[in-house]
This record gives sequence, structure tokens and C-alpha cells, in this order.
Amino acid sequence: MAAVTTTRQAPVLPPPSGRAGFGGTLRSEFTKIRSVRSTYWTLLVLLAVSIGIGAAICAGTAANWDQTSAADRATFDATQVSIAGLFYLGQLVIVVFGAIVLTAEYSTGMIRTSLTAMPRRVTVYAAKALVFAVVALVVTLVAAFVAFFLGQALLASTHANASLSEHDVLRAVIGSALYVTLCGLFAFAAGAIFRHTAATITSIIGLLFVIPILAHLLPSSWYNDIARWLPDSAGGAITATVAPQDSHLFSPWGQFTVFAVYTAILLIVGGILFRRRDA
Amino acid sequence: MIEVRGLSKRYGEKIAVNDLSFDVVPGKVTGFLGPNGAGKTTTMRLILGLDYPNAGSVTIDGKRYASLANPMREVGALLDAKAVHGGRSAYNHLLCLAQTNNLPKRRVGEVLELVGLTDVARKRTKGFSLGMSQRLGIAVTLLGDPKILMFDEPVNGLDPEGILWIRNFMKALAAEGRTVFVSSHLMSEMEHTADQLVVIGRGQLLADCTMEEFIARSSGQTVRVATPQPDQLVKAVADAGGSAVNGADGTLVVSGLVAAQVGDIAFEHGVRLHELTVVRASLEAAFMELTADSVEYRGTENEQGQPPGSAQPGTQPGTAERPSELAAQGQHSREGGI
Repeated sequence: MAAVTTTRQAPVLPPPSGRAGFGGTLRSEFTKIRSVRSTYWTLLVLLAVSIGIGAAICAGTAANWDQTSAADRATFDATQVSIAGLFYLGQLVIVVFGAIVLTAEYSTGMIRTSLTAMPRRVTVYAAKALVFAVVALVVTLVAAFVAFFLGQALLASTHANASLSEHDVLRAVIGSALYVTLCGLFAFAAGAIFRHTAATITSIIGLLFVIPILAHLLPSSWYNDIARWLPDSAGGAITATVAPQDSHLFSPWGQFTVFAVYTAILLIVGGILFRRRDA
Repeated sequence: MIEVRGLSKRYGEKIAVNDLSFDVVPGKVTGFLGPNGAGKTTTMRLILGLDYPNAGSVTIDGKRYASLANPMREVGALLDAKAVHGGRSAYNHLLCLAQTNNLPKRRVGEVLELVGLTDVARKRTKGFSLGMSQRLGIAVTLLGDPKILMFDEPVNGLDPEGILWIRNFMKALAAEGRTVFVSSHLMSEMEHTADQLVVIGRGQLLADCTMEEFIARSSGQTVRVATPQPDQLVKAVADAGGSAVNGADGTLVVSGLVAAQVGDIAFEHGVRLHELTVVRASLEAAFMELTADSVEYRGTENEQGQPPGSAQPGTQPGTAERPSELAAQGQHSREGGI
């Protein structure tokens, strides 16, 4: 460090090949997400929780199958049970992951360096969201399929296990990954609004977990009226394959669309604020 | 060329920058000076489009920063060396920034070499000292090989070796014909590096001139005289319209007269001189005076843009005492011209 370095002229840069835009920013955001340890830890926890919890529930169910009543056996949803770890607990992990994608840039100050390199903010925002969504979807799909196959193998002795060729099963498995990814994007957008990790995670957990619990405390006639508009109803609806469809809900994809629209609105609000506010 | 025109920025009630206009001309080191809280960092953030102005505009070669085709190839900016994700390695930090402007991957290795961080390229930046972080920040500015470089307080908190390194680096960059815009609250720092000065206080422009002009306008010059007959000389100088006060080491500091006049007066009165030296005020002193005035004159609109020292030196009442203070700051004074 003591040496006084003078500038040696670095080899000349080739002339610019065009305008800095979405492609380069996309590569940049992928470099960012793959170059911090928190990404690997978070995704590892996501896989462990999703697969581990699903396997534990399936193993427990198989062990107690003899004592299970005929009524319970009739409504037993082998698919939903095997991926429950993903869409209940995995969604918590993805909310944290989605939130920190943007809020970590604010807490470290990196956002100012990022926006100096690439001042077109909508481009940065969109690239960040897309890279996060792709990474989250790939990992949640892996988690969903591994959890499903492992769970069905553990349930084999009950002969109640499901297979992908059965009605709605593939929709439930893929849908769980899509739903959890959407939860992550929901948190990402909230991160753009709050720009603070703790505030973002707290508010999203409130929206996705606490409000539904409170809603259940309402008189059931009220609850039935609002259930289809709750953000988390999508998770239960999209993963169900056996239980009779709750008549107060939309179809699985309809329910999923409700949540997708909420997420889209939040993403747009987050994008507008990201574009307009001082960094 | 950076053109700042009528720039104003408020944060809530606080006016950070108020109707600021100046140019940063190509191929020179422009020092951007002002006390802490004068609005230097805010101005730089406005130039880079990180914050939006309430009024006015900033263009870089005629374009808004956000409209530049490849911003990193036009401007390299270091505002805060610690504005990095500590969990990312130096190499990946540079890589993710280079990718936004489609710069080749090999460029990352080149700039790491340039700032001497090759050995720690794969280390996470969390463990970097301030000096290393500063080098990393400079590496970022060099990625796009830009014509314009901007540094905000680059030597703040650095040890003497780090300061020397940064200073030499900036000089070398300027010698390559680049435009360097560097802020500081320390005048003494600019003294060795800047050709051009932009001075602000309380968000307003106080001076925009060359270094030489700044010193001349702000404080004028004084003459240091050593004589065994001080009483006679003080009287003779006063008669001639100047003023003389006691300086350091038994010398006299004469203001209001040039060296030749002082010499002639001494000769005419038969006063023996042992020393006759032109003393120019140090930048530090000139700066203190200017910014102190900016506080003093607050609220009187028409005084703001005009450096108070632009009046003829020595004609302002109350300036006689000042040169003796300046002369006392031995190591900061420059003697015998620039």
C-alpha cells in the first residue's frame, strides 16, 4: 500500500458497441445475486425447509395411516401434503430473499453506486425483478418436484400416494412454485416501497400471514365474502387436488390470478417510487 | 464539460443547494470547495441524477446524466467509497458494474492492477480498510476509461500515505488530459492539485475562478519587511497610505502597498531593510475568509455571488490585522508569487 503508484495507461477499451441497456443490466444483476453468500444460504434453507417438512409430514402420515379414519383418508390430499413445506414455510424464506434483493442495496449504500453505473432506473428495477423471479422460480420448482417425489415415495405404503399423471397434480406442484415465487416478487416490490429490510419483511408477513389469521376470526359469513380476495388464498387453492373446492373461492388459477394482480400492482407502485425518489 | 445551471435542491425545510451555476471545463483539475454542509455532495448527487433538483439543470456534454449512452465511459464518479455490498468480492463488485455498460470482462483485471488491488481481488470488501475501499472506488471510476472523473472528499480519513497516493493519482489522471472534479473542505489539499476552483458556502456560489485569481482576489498580497528601524518604517508606510503591523519574528507586515513602493519609501526615509518579501495568502486563509464572509453576508442577496475580496486589497477597513495572522501560519503561506 505504501508504494506510490502512478497511472499506467491501461490497454485501450474497444469503442462502445451501443447504448447501455437491459441486456447488460440483466447480466449485472445476475452477477450481483450469485456473488453474495446470503443468496446461497437463503436458497439452501428454502430447499431444506420445503423438502424436509414435506418429507416429515408424509412419513408421519404413513406411520399413522392405520389409525386414520375413513373420512380423513377420503379427503387426504397426498400432493398438497407433500409440498406443504414449500408453500407454508418456503414462502417465509422467499419473502426474506425477495425483500433483501433491493433493501440490501439501500442498507449498504450500493444502490448509489449501482445507479451511477446505470442511471436508467426502470431498467435496473425490471432487471432486478426478472433475475430474482427466474432464480426463485428455478429453485422453488426444484423444491416442489423433489418434495413431491420424496413425499409420494414415503406415502407409498398407504397406497394413497399421488402421481403426476393424475388430475390436477402437475398443476398443484408447478403452481406451488409459481405461488411462492409470486410471494417473493410481492416482497421485492414492497422492498422498493419501504427501502428497509425489517420494515419490508414485517409488513409482508403481516399481509400474507397475519391478516388471513385475523380474517378467520371474523364471523364465517363475513369470512366467506372476503376469502377470495385475500392474497394467501391462492396458495391453498393452487395446491389442492382432492378436497372439494371451497365454493367461496375462485378456481385455482382464478385465485392465483387475484394474487398475481396484487403483485403486479405492488410492482408497478414500487417501480414508480424507485424511478421518482431520490436514491 | 459539466454545465450546472441555476441548480437548487431542498431537503424538507433545508436548502442544500441554492441557484448554483458553474462549469467544469475539460482537461483541468477543478477543486470544489466549501465547508462541511455547504452542499458539495448534494451538487455531485444532482450531477449524477441520484437526486432530482427542485430547479435548474445539469448537463454533461449537453446531455442529462441519465441520457448518456454509456455513462461509465463518460463519467467516473466516486462519492462514497463504502457504498458497496460488503459481502461481494472486489472482483465481482467491479464485474457487476462493468456489465451494466457492456464493458469487457478483462477490464476488471486491468483496473484492479491499476489501483494495486489484484492480490485482494477475490476477498470480500467487508474486510477492506478505508484506503483499500478508496482504491476500489477509484477502480470503479476507471472502468469505462472516462474523460470526466468526479471524487467527493477522496482523502477524507486517509493516512498520509493514502493521501499522497490519491493526490498523485489525480495528478496523473489530469496529466492524461482528463477532466477531474474533486471536492474537499480542506483548502490545503486543493493547493497542490487544482487549476480551477469552484467555492460554495451554504449552497451558494462564492467563487468560480482560477487558483491564481482566487488567491489574488480573496486576500491580495502583503509585504514582509525586516528592519532594525521598525518605528520609522511604520510611520513612513502610514504616511504613504499603507499600513504596517508586527508580524512573526520581529518582522513587519505591510499591506496596501506593493513591494517596490515599500522599498522606495524605506530608501527615501533612510530606513535599512534586511528583508523585503512578497507574501501571498495561503489558500487556506483565503478560503476561511471567503466562507466566513458567506456566513456574515447571509440574507443580503446581491452580495452573494461576488467574492468579497474582489475589491482592491487594502482599501477595506479592518483588513490590516489579517495579514499578520496569515504570515504567522508559516507552513501555509506561499511566498514570492506562484
